[in-house]
Amino acid sequence: MSSLLRLATAGSVDDGKSTLVGRLLYDTKSVLADQLDAVQRASVDRGLSTPDLSLLVDGLRSEREQGITIDVAYRYFATPRRSFVLADTPGHVQYTRNTVTGASTAQLAVLLVDARKGVVEQTRRHAAVLALLGVPRLVLAVNKVDLIGYDEAAFTVIAKEFTAHAASLGYPDGSVLSIPVSALHGDNVATSSENTPWYTGPTLLEHLENVPVAPDPHEAPFRFPVQYVIRPRTPEHPDYRGYAGQIASGTVRPGDQVVVLPQGLRSTVESVDTADGTLDEAGAGSSVTVMLADDLDIARGDLIASASDRPEVTDEVTAALCWLSSKPLQAGTRVLVKHGARTVQGLIEEIASRFDEQTLSTVDGPDVLELNDIGSVRLRLSEEIPVDDYSQSPRTGAFLVIDPKDGDTLAAGLVGDRFSTLGAPEKA
Amino acid sequence: MTAVSESAVPVEATDAARDNLKALESEAIHIFREVAGEFDRPVILFSGGKDSTLLLHLAIKAFWPAPVPFPLLHVDTGHNFDEVIQFRDQVVEQHGLRLIVAHVQDWIDDGRLTERPDGTRNPLQTQPLLDTITEHKFDAVFGGGRRDEERARAKERIFSLRNAFGQWDPRRQRPELWNLYNGRHRPGEHVRVFPLSNWTEADVWNYIAREGVELPSIYYAHRRKVYRRDGMWLTEGPWGGPRDGEVVEELMVRYRTVGDGSCTGAVESTATTVEEVIAEVQASRLTERGATRADDRLSEAAMEDRKREGYF
Repeated sequence: MSSLLRLATAGSVDDGKSTLVGRLLYDTKSVLADQLDAVQRASVDRGLSTPDLSLLVDGLRSEREQGITIDVAYRYFATPRRSFVLADTPGHVQYTRNTVTGASTAQLAVLLVDARKGVVEQTRRHAAVLALLGVPRLVLAVNKVDLIGYDEAAFTVIAKEFTAHAASLGYPDGSVLSIPVSALHGDNVATSSENTPWYTGPTLLEHLENVPVAPDPHEAPFRFPVQYVIRPRTPEHPDYRGYAGQIASGTVRPGDQVVVLPQGLRSTVESVDTADGTLDEAGAGSSVTVMLADDLDIARGDLIASASDRPEVTDEVTAALCWLSSKPLQAGTRVLVKHGARTVQGLIEEIASRFDEQTLSTVDGPDVLELNDIGSVRLRLSEEIPVDDYSQSPRTGAFLVIDPKDGDTLAAGLVGDRFSTLGAPEKA
Repeated sequence: MTAVSESAVPVEATDAARDNLKALESEAIHIFREVAGEFDRPVILFSGGKDSTLLLHLAIKAFWPAPVPFPLLHVDTGHNFDEVIQFRDQVVEQHGLRLIVAHVQDWIDDGRLTERPDGTRNPLQTQPLLDTITEHKFDAVFGGGRRDEERARAKERIFSLRNAFGQWDPRRQRPELWNLYNGRHRPGEHVRVFPLSNWTEADVWNYIAREGVELPSIYYAHRRKVYRRDGMWLTEGPWGGPRDGEVVEELMVRYRTVGDGSCTGAVESTATTVEEVIAEVQASRLTERGATRADDRLSEAAMEDRKREGYF
């Protein structure tokens, strides 16, 4: 059975990202004849001599009219080794919030640069956002190498500059790979290019197929947000009481000692249940139903965690916020915080600093956070919740900031002092 | 080269959660449970087609051994295939579910809707759907839509907010981060929920095979009287066909999608088992909708326009 890799793409305007994604779909035969016909027709209508593969992915009318990508689009392709879910995120500065969205679930990100321009402001900004969100691996696709005459020296300069930037964001050697590609002609996308004999690494697709992504589940502590209590009260199952959820981190087995938070009640896992039968063990990402040995008062929003390695329970949180709304944030704003399966009220007590992605430094005490700003805040909550540091356990260190008035999602929240830990990207 | 290549490391799916289908199943189950936890009146759109049958299968697994805590809703165009309606009713009975049917014919009979000149009723489903959502005060509506179906769907969220008119505004979509879904909505608004967002047609069929999910018989090859229109094989039926000059032939066909009979085409096929269907889907050079849905061929942005109006 093939495994699943979730990846995101990012790049600045006109780097050819939609063309690269179109090329990946085309070369993995994920584009079918009727879609190609439609692209062919639309390209001819626009007076183009060759089919514009970017038309495969620009889905909304305004995107096709403006020739730009506006919203995150999800693409699917597969090889015999792996299935891929690709979040294609727009490059414009005003759409950085989409990069944040795509990166939140990505195990790897492909950043695009134009070989003629090299690493630009937007590349550095995107890399910082990817590091902040803990995307564990990066690929730099140096596109349009045909336009620099497949020049090795020029490629090496770009690759070195990017690797150094990534290292300063905490990406260790081996987590970043630079590949010279031409999305338009297909060089090193799915097939090795004869034009770059000096490049001996894998093609982009080979790398995506083979890159190891899953962390060792036994290293992370068990975290299980309770979504729903299953109590059938039917004649066949009169006393069944199970806690349903998706494992956020670690593994669980019958007999494990656990604690229910925020109450602090201890118990033992009696069984790990699914509709297909009980399991000896279940790991991160699995949706299961946990039964406990003791009859406790547990509801949606509670967290079942390893008794020996438990998260902090607190109503005072320091966190990084990626501000995603056009309504600016000011200190004193009341918000809703959705963390795991629990939503509580919150008050932004202080905006401690704003992160400058260009200089990788912080600006202390800004008055506001505006759309696309990333800042560090102190947040007071209406009740205590169990939280982890995002770098230790992303799924229990992440939260949404919601506008209580209209329900809009205002920000992505990451627990902990992320700016000083940008040196250690990690993700379960 | 500035970094090491990892390509020599083999991939082994050791953990169940890393297996593609298991990961998709866990994601869908998580979504069902989120909705059950956060909404007052969810409903599952259920037509008896393969995606909605898969949706129901996953809902049953999400709450097992308790019953599915939502009713089902079918907007019946009156042009549905008999085999599918029978299958729908049989599934409802077998699992002890509650089914609400909104008949498009009722809206036509009392004048709220007018039959289109081309006889197709797919676009007529929107009004009965929105009226029924309002009447029952449904606040979350599960659909079987997948992002791989069509370009506009590729940009839709898993939780998709609809305003009081049921409309989708692609520019006002909420960012969707991690597995944290924001289902907040104002009175009168509702949320469309798509647990199969990340599935492909191949995933759906592989999962149906693995789980032994039963489907209506018309998804498998059978002999049927059909006629050619707009490059598709349409079946004889009360929706007005064949017209003069359209020749009826008897062919071995199956359906890749099942919708309104007036605009859903069959494909020539010899695939009588799920394994043969999988082989056929893998070899196909046409998309599911491109091959079989006249309604998506109307314009470059046909689906986007219908979604904005409140269509699924």
